[in-house]
Amino acid sequence: MKNIWHILIVDDEEVMCESMAAWLREDGYRVDTAPNGRKAVELAQAADYAIYFIDLKMPGGMDGIDTMMEIRRIRPEASIIIITAYATVDTAIQAMKEGAQEYIVKPCNPQEISLLVSRILKLKKLQRENAILRKKISRQYHHHDLITKNARMEDILSLARDISSLRSTVLIRGASGTGKELVARAIHYSGDRAARPFVTVSCAALTETLLESELFGYEKGAFTGAGAQTRGKFELANGGTIFLDEIGDISPKLQADLLRVLQERCFYRVGGSEEVRVDARVIAATNKDLAQLVAEGKFRDDLYYRLNVIEIRIPPLRERREDIPLLVEHFVEKLAHELGKEVSGISEGAMKLLLDYDWPGNVRELENAIERAIVTCRNGKLQESDFSSLEGSIGRNQPWQVPDLPLAELERQAIVAALERKSGNVKEAAAALGIDRSTLYDKLKRYEIPR
Amino acid sequence: MSALYVVAVGAVPPKPLEWIEAAAAEWFPLPVARLPALRMPERAYDPARGQYHSVEILKAVARAAPANTTRILGVTEVDLAIPVLTFLFGQAQLDGPVAVVSLCRLRQEFYGLPADEALLRERAAKEALHELGHTFGLTHCSDTRCSMSLSTDIALVDAKGGRYCPRCGAHLVRRFAALDGEQS
Ligand SMILES: [Zn+2]
Ligand SMILES: [Zn+2]
Repeated sequence: MKNIWHILIVDDEEVMCESMAAWLREDGYRVDTAPNGRKAVELAQAADYAIYFIDLKMPGGMDGIDTMMEIRRIRPEASIIIITAYATVDTAIQAMKEGAQEYIVKPCNPQEISLLVSRILKLKKLQRENAILRKKISRQYHHHDLITKNARMEDILSLARDISSLRSTVLIRGASGTGKELVARAIHYSGDRAARPFVTVSCAALTETLLESELFGYEKGAFTGAGAQTRGKFELANGGTIFLDEIGDISPKLQADLLRVLQERCFYRVGGSEEVRVDARVIAATNKDLAQLVAEGKFRDDLYYRLNVIEIRIPPLRERREDIPLLVEHFVEKLAHELGKEVSGISEGAMKLLLDYDWPGNVRELENAIERAIVTCRNGKLQESDFSSLEGSIGRNQPWQVPDLPLAELERQAIVAALERKSGNVKEAAAALGIDRSTLYDKLKRYEIPR
Repeated sequence: MSALYVVAVGAVPPKPLEWIEAAAAEWFPLPVARLPALRMPERAYDPARGQYHSVEILKAVARAAPANTTRILGVTEVDLAIPVLTFLFGQAQLDGPVAVVSLCRLRQEFYGLPADEALLRERAAKEALHELGHTFGLTHCSDTRCSMSLSTDIALVDAKGGRYCPRCGAHLVRRFAALDGEQS
């Protein structure tokens, strides 16, 4: 589930508060606003905000610095960002000395502020996750969602324990959704690096230049928007483990950079000329056949051999079907609690459906299917109809059985399933159902879109 | 009958409006209709910055919404900003009925390049879907191919796709089918 961070904006100008709040809400944060320092302090006493944006110049008793000092007294952990105009930059620099984490000069460009917020929150998330996991590890060796009674998986977990305190690079292979990151975490948290950071980077999600600065950090002014020197994931993982997911997708340039880090344990920040040394264990993962990519000349062989010191292959879920009931039970319990819904279990029919399904998206798909089923579930127990989105792909091995439901409900489910398969695209869903768009509108109209 | 309205704020040529309407009709199960263009609200202009306050434009669009509005998207040629940010491609009320999108920085001419109609069409559709997605409760998506991923410059607009990812799509479908238990 997405972690919802709370942010407080303190500014005497309403339009400033509201427009910035609206912008941050689009990013998924929960945002409150306060028109003055007194109100801000009151709110900070009642709720714990991850970030405070405070305008430097505010009329009345408390200016930005006073407000900041007061909030820091109540919430020493708070990250405070001072908002200032050009004319008052000197005072903002003063504010940094008093404990503000950053300042921004308005107007600043959207990328700068978005990077700033996500950088602060990533660090907070890391600190929080590591604190929670450390507590859990010290109690007992326990891997959340790594539940299994499959012999191959048990071998993998015991291998993970055996290699946990080595420094060797590990390459984890497996289709997407098989739990590669969980195995990487298991290795990290059962070894002698457990108390140090575990840092994750998804290499496929970013463009080459973004990934480069994500991994290695950058110097102030290295590119537009590089407002301050920033540490990359390798530095954040110092002493701990860096998990490089989807390693098969990185560009030749980054392959070369990565090879250098593995060989020499040092690198340069983007735009920097000073060598940075790190001690981070590298665990890489991929759903691609790296040996094949090497043969095709798309992946450097020297890097491949450096990464592939220890190789772990995780089987797809359809090859460990005996784990499905255990996983279902675990996800129902966990997700019902997170989503705040009362769901006690799953019907026999629904369980059979899950056991028969092929799970191309593996454990993650199972988790998502259960999350979605819990959301739609109406009577406290998951039914076959709550898994309607899966049914399309079922039935290769057995005839499809029409559920015992009113025609209108069958039609509704068929429409919802078609829309979901097309990511919500009405034109494509109508074409797949063999009806025209206006017919689809009419059929959907009885489930009038809420305003 | 409820509808999704598109309305120009200030002068906007007909073509981009048509493109945006076509994209909206492709993704939302609602009749899409055009309202007569609105005059640019005078107080939206900030002479010091030579830009327009997006909040004022959102307000004007909201005032123009007919009673049967499900969602209303303002389209403008002017450069949008808010006090803390140098510019915005658009802005929306999260989960609310109103959004606005600006064509200004989607045009190649803004960057001193020759006009490119096909590119403008792609960009306008992406950003219109993005802002409308917000009005249906979607927040920014970490899938960089998804229209709901945040673009803070034009290169990122071009890098992302003109579709919603399956996860964002599923949220919309739940929303359209009025299933309960929806989360934002
Ligand atoms: Zn957005
Ligand atoms: Zn998405």
